[in-house]
Amino acid sequence: MPVTLPSRDRRVWEHPILTFKRGRRVKFYFNGNIVEGYEGESIAAALYAAGYDVFSRSPYRGRARGAFCMIGKCSSCFAIVDGVPNTRTCVEPVRDGVKVEFQEGLAEIPPATGGLEGKEEEVIEGVDVLVIGGGPAGLAAAIAAAKHGLSVLIINEHFKLGGQLIKQTHKFFGSKDLFGGLRGFQVAEELESKVRSMRNVRVLLQATAYGFFRGGWVGVAGKDRLYRVRPRFVIAAPGAAERHLAFPGNDLPGVMGAGGAQTLMNEYGILPGNEVLVVGSGNVGVIVSYQLLQAGAKVKGIVEILPYIGAWFVHAAKIRRYGIKVYTRHTIKEVWGRDRVEGATIVRVDEHFKPVPGSEVDIPCDLVLIAVGLTPDTRLLAQAGAVVTWVPELGGLVPIRTKYLETSVPGLFVAGDASGIEEATTAMIEGEIAGLSTVIKAGADDVGSAAERREALLKFLWDEYRASPVVAKAKAGKLKVTVDEDEMRRIRESNPPPVRFGS
Amino acid sequence: MGSGIPSYKETGIITVEELKHLGLMPPEERLTRGPVAIPECPEEIPCNICVVSCPQHAISIEGIKGLPRIDWDKCVGCGVCVAKCPGLAIFVVDLSKPGEHAYVTVPHEFLPAPKVGDVVDLLSREGEVVGRGEVVKVWESNRTWVVTVRVPRELAMEVRGVWVRKE
Repeated sequence: MPVTLPSRDRRVWEHPILTFKRGRRVKFYFNGNIVEGYEGESIAAALYAAGYDVFSRSPYRGRARGAFCMIGKCSSCFAIVDGVPNTRTCVEPVRDGVKVEFQEGLAEIPPATGGLEGKEEEVIEGVDVLVIGGGPAGLAAAIAAAKHGLSVLIINEHFKLGGQLIKQTHKFFGSKDLFGGLRGFQVAEELESKVRSMRNVRVLLQATAYGFFRGGWVGVAGKDRLYRVRPRFVIAAPGAAERHLAFPGNDLPGVMGAGGAQTLMNEYGILPGNEVLVVGSGNVGVIVSYQLLQAGAKVKGIVEILPYIGAWFVHAAKIRRYGIKVYTRHTIKEVWGRDRVEGATIVRVDEHFKPVPGSEVDIPCDLVLIAVGLTPDTRLLAQAGAVVTWVPELGGLVPIRTKYLETSVPGLFVAGDASGIEEATTAMIEGEIAGLSTVIKAGADDVGSAAERREALLKFLWDEYRASPVVAKAKAGKLKVTVDEDEMRRIRESNPPPVRFGS
Repeated sequence: MGSGIPSYKETGIITVEELKHLGLMPPEERLTRGPVAIPECPEEIPCNICVVSCPQHAISIEGIKGLPRIDWDKCVGCGVCVAKCPGLAIFVVDLSKPGEHAYVTVPHEFLPAPKVGDVVDLLSREGEVVGRGEVVKVWESNRTWVVTVRVPRELAMEVRGVWVRKE
């Protein structure tokens, strides 16, 4: 097996913002070698911390594969775990004695186990609201619905709740009653403890909704069983995936999504690299650069193809005053290295965004972070039959919806990044609006106050928050896909929904 | 750039002239009277945390997305907004003391933890080390340190960060 022994422990022990609460120390195996990790870490994180960069080789051309998105969206971190190939090691918790093996191309199909025999299947009927995704939108939706007495089932792919909030260390903007001023991980803690305190909310972790079926059934694959769920309403808040860029070497381990790096360093306290080049100067690129400095890495620069910095000025000023250079009008040309990034070449672009020959600059680095935006994860919504449309301002395909976030599938709501890329504050507002909408439709407890609150949230969202010029693009996108009830009726007439909820 | 996009979007650096133009800079007379907050927040982002944080009720914002407007007479330069601003974009400058020094208060979120008496690098908005200065006051709020440093008077409008060198 072409696995090199780890070079060093990459864990961060001191941090200005975070206190890493590591669990019990556990020992597991990677290709027979003993690796130490901590309970609460994913297998991918523990391997990375121990210095392993490559977990598998691609079926085509045998290219090295390792950590990339770290949230179960990209498949780059596949390995064989206790005999099961194609396991997403980034959403698989590490545990004592687990046997992880390097995956060489396509794996052998594991020996037959007799189907699902011995594994339980659970039917869940009568739940009022199924919330798909336990990030800011999903948790806010669940809380809003449960507060009014509805029973809620949250399913979450990761083994932790909170979505991408758990790796956000900066203080949130906004107003104080929407968690403004708190750091992202603190917002996650508040939402999670609220959800955990509600007796009418059930949470399934490491569970994936894999499809909608006739009669309003939703299939859910859990950790050790399958669930058939027939809810009254569904709120889909599955989030988004990071976009990638095409350039030679873009699949080398050490090229990572900016969010993937945040997961390693802010969730697990693992330094993703020592010398870093960041591609993209939007809020994510600039914030991750600041966080890298906080974790003790060196940021060699941020590359931005446009003539100006994409991030909000206050975020940009934060990294400039610590000397981080922004290469505007530049793009990444290639990344080089053997089984890990050793450097990158950037190049200036002209006014047509064409590379200017001779303007290349080589930047030695061991980590290249891609921060060029996100794509809404609308696959499940589309499978349910919700009408989706391409909106560049929102990052890709998004469902058409009413202002109450109901899609063309009656009773199926969308909230958060899956409704179009914005940020966590608006995700929580959308989640609450969707949750309240199920309350109002269901005629649950205290519908009057739910309706009042929903109107206030809508007014704040559209007339105040989205009135800011820095979010004008997202607002324009959301306006394009938000239709009134009459228009929605026409859409449903010409695209009859294959499934209906809310009756 | 000719497209109406301000130069600070190109550079990530705002000038004192631009701050004055946006009405974010206190008048000269106020600066020499005592410590005062300067919000370097030019973009109408959807945020009003400074408004609710200010113990003097000296900051106002139209709705949630106007620029922060500081009532320079009410502001006492206490620095609470320096700690609370999610954008780490508010600074306190004190040009009222006689002699060759001024005092600048900046937010700080890096290790090692700054301590009173430390002599630290003084950073400009571009991240240049423009001098060294002594820390005269430090306090902390939700893991943001609020650090006041003594700086040469002529650097009062330049220093916007500090860096504590590792031992």
